[in-house]
Amino acid sequence: MKVSELNSVGFCCVQNKFEDAEITGGYTSDLLSDVMGNLKDGQVLITIQAHKNTIAVASLSGALAVIFCHGRSVTPDVLEAAADEGIALFSTSDNQFDATVTLAHSLR
Amino acid sequence: MNEVPQPRDESGLRIQELAYGLKVRDVMTSKIFTVTRRCTMWEVQTIMKSNGISGVPVVDGCHVVGIVSMHDIMVAIEGGYLDDTVASHMVSDVQTLSDEVPLTFAMSAFTKYSYRRFPVVNQNNELVGIVTPRNINLALIRELSRQLDEIEEGESQLIDKKITAFHRIYRLTRYDFEHAGRASAELKKELKARGVPSKVIRRAAIASYELEINVVAHSHGGTFTMLVDEGRVRITANDFGPGIPDVDAAMTEGFSTANDWIRSQGFGAGMGLPNVKRVSDEFEIQSGVEMGTMVKAIVYLKKGVD
Repeated sequence: MKVSELNSVGFCCVQNKFEDAEITGGYTSDLLSDVMGNLKDGQVLITIQAHKNTIAVASLSGALAVIFCHGRSVTPDVLEAAADEGIALFSTSDNQFDATVTLAHSLR
Repeated sequence: MNEVPQPRDESGLRIQELAYGLKVRDVMTSKIFTVTRRCTMWEVQTIMKSNGISGVPVVDGCHVVGIVSMHDIMVAIEGGYLDDTVASHMVSDVQTLSDEVPLTFAMSAFTKYSYRRFPVVNQNNELVGIVTPRNINLALIRELSRQLDEIEEGESQLIDKKITAFHRIYRLTRYDFEHAGRASAELKKELKARGVPSKVIRRAAIASYELEINVVAHSHGGTFTMLVDEGRVRITANDFGPGIPDVDAAMTEGFSTANDWIRSQGFGAGMGLPNVKRVSDEFEIQSGVEMGTMVKAIVYLKKGVD
């Protein structure tokens, strides 16, 4: 499954400057150090932390995309940082559990 | 009055950087005069006068039990009790420094306390020396000239190899999450430009980012230094306190002292320092309560350990 295909399973793309690579898996966490310690190259980060530090952490850990849950609003500085780093951003009104289930099903 | 360079002003950034590699042990005076409780104030005064010193530790065996300063002697002269023993007039609540701690801790200690000297003790709490602002100033001058020599030598080598060292110092402010990450972003860019493998870049950037966040989230602020040369990245985070009471606990995954606000920013999982250690090829941490914390992480560029 490619990053762009996240749209077709119900995640709403809010930042589209990214390389459309193959997704290798996902990681769900709201603790950024945990993300940095455990997220693997090519995965998608599922979180409610919708701020700039999340983008920095996603970029450092090699995440292709970030899905913000609970319909958290994404501010312009976050969008800009993600565009700079080439990380796709998606938004969903689902909680982290449901978003994780959706992504997991799509990847199987 | 403060004779020690203040780590908090702008020039202090460079001075702190100078002092990074030095420990109190490297700069202290180790041949020192001591007295016992039974000596008289008059004897202490004689020692001070004939040796040009302004403070004498009082010892019981190898352990410091007090200190007598010039001020105590002047009060004794005024009060007419120079013949009394040291025991009743010494200051017995003595702040000592460990010989292992970085020189920057000693600099913070001089800024924090009004003392003009600190007895230095080893791991067994035995007196091994004394450190004064004069020791620090001399050491900084010595280190400065040594580094200048190194730069002169290094430059002629670097011109041959056409590789320049990358050296940056940043100031980090408490709770300024907005700017934390700035240094790491620059480091990433620099390593990319040098053609360093992306896995190595990631390890260096994670170490750097976690340390930046640590200083911002947990300290009163501090400095952050990155040095990239041919073979390695050296990242040093040095803060002004409050220090870590239990370093072993802080190195345990899941241990965190973060408050709710830090957690709301997505940090405080208790994985910062363990993460840094995991991605580094060399790792060193030292902390003094009320003095500060110094963390040094080195990532090798060539070995490419994953």
